[in-house]
Amino acid sequence: MSRVLIVGEHDGRTLNQSTARCVACASAIAPAAMEVVILGGDTTTVAAQAATLAGVTAVLTVTGNDNGRAMAAFLAPQVATLADGYDYVLAPSTTFGKDLLPRVAALLGVPQLSDVMSVIGPRTFQRPIYAGNAIVTVEVPAGTKVVATVRGASFKPAGGGNAAPVRAVDASAPPPEHTRFIELRSGKSDRPDLQTARLVVSGGRGVGSAENFALLYRFAERLGAGVGASRAAVDAGFVPNDMQVGQTGKIIAPELYMAFGISGAIQHLTGIKDAGTIVAVNKDGEAPIFEIADIGLVGDLFEIIPEIEKRLR
Amino acid sequence: MQKIIVCLKRVVDYNVRIRVKPDGSGVITEGLKMSINPFDEIALEEALRIREQGKAQEVVLVSIGPDDAQQQLRTGLAMGADRAILVQTSAELEPLAAARVLRQIVSREQPGLVLLGKQAIDDDCNQTGQMLAALWNRPQATFASRLELDGTVATVTREVDAGLEVLEVDLPAVVTTDLRLNEPRYVKLPDIMKAKKKPIEILAIESLGVDVAPVLRVIRYEAPAARSRGVMVKNVDELVGALHDRGFLA
Ligand SMILES: Cc1cc2nc3c(=O)[nH]c(=O)nc-3n(C[C@H](O)[C@H](O)[C@H](O)COP(=O)(O)OP(=O)(O)OC[C@H]3O[C@@H](n4cnc5c(N)ncnc54)[C@H](O)[C@@H]3O)c2cc1C
Repeated sequence: MSRVLIVGEHDGRTLNQSTARCVACASAIAPAAMEVVILGGDTTTVAAQAATLAGVTAVLTVTGNDNGRAMAAFLAPQVATLADGYDYVLAPSTTFGKDLLPRVAALLGVPQLSDVMSVIGPRTFQRPIYAGNAIVTVEVPAGTKVVATVRGASFKPAGGGNAAPVRAVDASAPPPEHTRFIELRSGKSDRPDLQTARLVVSGGRGVGSAENFALLYRFAERLGAGVGASRAAVDAGFVPNDMQVGQTGKIIAPELYMAFGISGAIQHLTGIKDAGTIVAVNKDGEAPIFEIADIGLVGDLFEIIPEIEKRLR
Repeated sequence: MQKIIVCLKRVVDYNVRIRVKPDGSGVITEGLKMSINPFDEIALEEALRIREQGKAQEVVLVSIGPDDAQQQLRTGLAMGADRAILVQTSAELEPLAAARVLRQIVSREQPGLVLLGKQAIDDDCNQTGQMLAALWNRPQATFASRLELDGTVATVTREVDAGLEVLEVDLPAVVTTDLRLNEPRYVKLPDIMKAKKKPIEILAIESLGVDVAPVLRVIRYEAPAARSRGVMVKNVDELVGALHDRGFLA
């Protein structure tokens, strides 16, 4: 019977929701064992969170010096060592997993699947290519370890209520001397996280400036929504990079996505195609975003947003 | 640093809308506009800037692909690279196979830095750089939006989900590029003429003696489930009404 190892993503305090989505993907494989490994400095809190996820049979912790820094060159040899006893090694298709897992796969000498979006059979998976313009079905031959990143937006997070055993394992390695962590600069905000928010308000080049984005932040706050942006808005310096949605930004699946002043380039749309309802507001009636929007309104976002706000109770 | 290697992949241009073959055996690429993978073009621009600052002497391009990939290498040479290597193959390589090929080239060329795009916009794998770094047992700094070199150390700002992460890596290292690292230069006509004289060395992939046989079995290609076109509303009242109907903003 097959055994799955999932590399948990966390920031030292909270297990990232992408891990629960990996667990959901792994459940579709129906493995005999599904274990989550947490590598970190102090793993107690995060391991306890992972232990609650439905379907998880054990949580492993690797607590080592400086493990808290999620550097691939550091973590990959540890994960590769652990991978020995498993048929599958999964990680979320976030910047964490994308950085780490190919290095693990190369150490193991096996190919990696990126962005698994559905499980067709225990060794057969679908993944998007060409910015989501085509879907390919790929089979990993028997006898080859399945190493894959999981496209979070394609899976609903696994539920809670479980109490899997937590056990410490020894796989820690000394940090590589050739790579040093300097800092993480994150644009802390109180807004809901873009990747888990139920509602997302998003702005593009049409918003015009960093100052004008205040209008979107205010509107999002009224709705309790997260805020996203197109690449053009990030490139123009209106907002930081962590707000970018799309092929090369975040792939998200909120229940409601409201796009203001975004034209709807394919690279943007690939980031939102799993959203429940897409609303588009654009002053150009020919904008391609209207081809996929569930509700479209042609008009000036600077007039429309305040008008919507007036109608909110 | 003596040398920078830049990896270039020939891909369908990002402006082309791709279609799946009716029999599901692949995507239609015949007759489409082909370009340098945009992320690799950014890698090349960065290498050229480093050389222009006097921090490297030579920029060497490497592409793995069909004979026609010489077109993209010529473009890269016209942008300013010094010479190019084409590892010739008509097969589609898995990223691990590409990384093995690059590992051989790296042994031969001994670069101080390997720069390549974080992903190719055809297979969207985002693996090759990381795999090369693993096989080479050297540092990796992926998704770079800023790169500073100081002697034998590179300081790399990486675009990560949480914001920007800064790593310091000892050279030689592998750096994969994100879109905001720079804006590639345009090629000028005289440069295209000059590039014609620059050397492209062609290596048969078999001559490298690495295992490039595909491991994964591709079963079929299909078009994604399309989102259907929704409704156009005429004004804000209708918009808010439609949202209420769907249970939002209530
Ligand atoms: C390799 C690659 C990867 C990429 N990855 C991404 C990605 O991850 N995410 C991404 O978003 N893009 C990505 N892009 C870029 C993408 O191709 C588009 O350039 C980008 O999405 C355009 O952003 P935009 O819609 O904000 O800007 P534009 O296309 O310029 O559209 C602005 C829109 O605003 C409208 N507008 C202007 N003023 C107003 C107003 N007052 N009220 C209402 N509407 C108004 C205009 O009508 C227009 O439709 C990528 C490109 C490449 C080549």
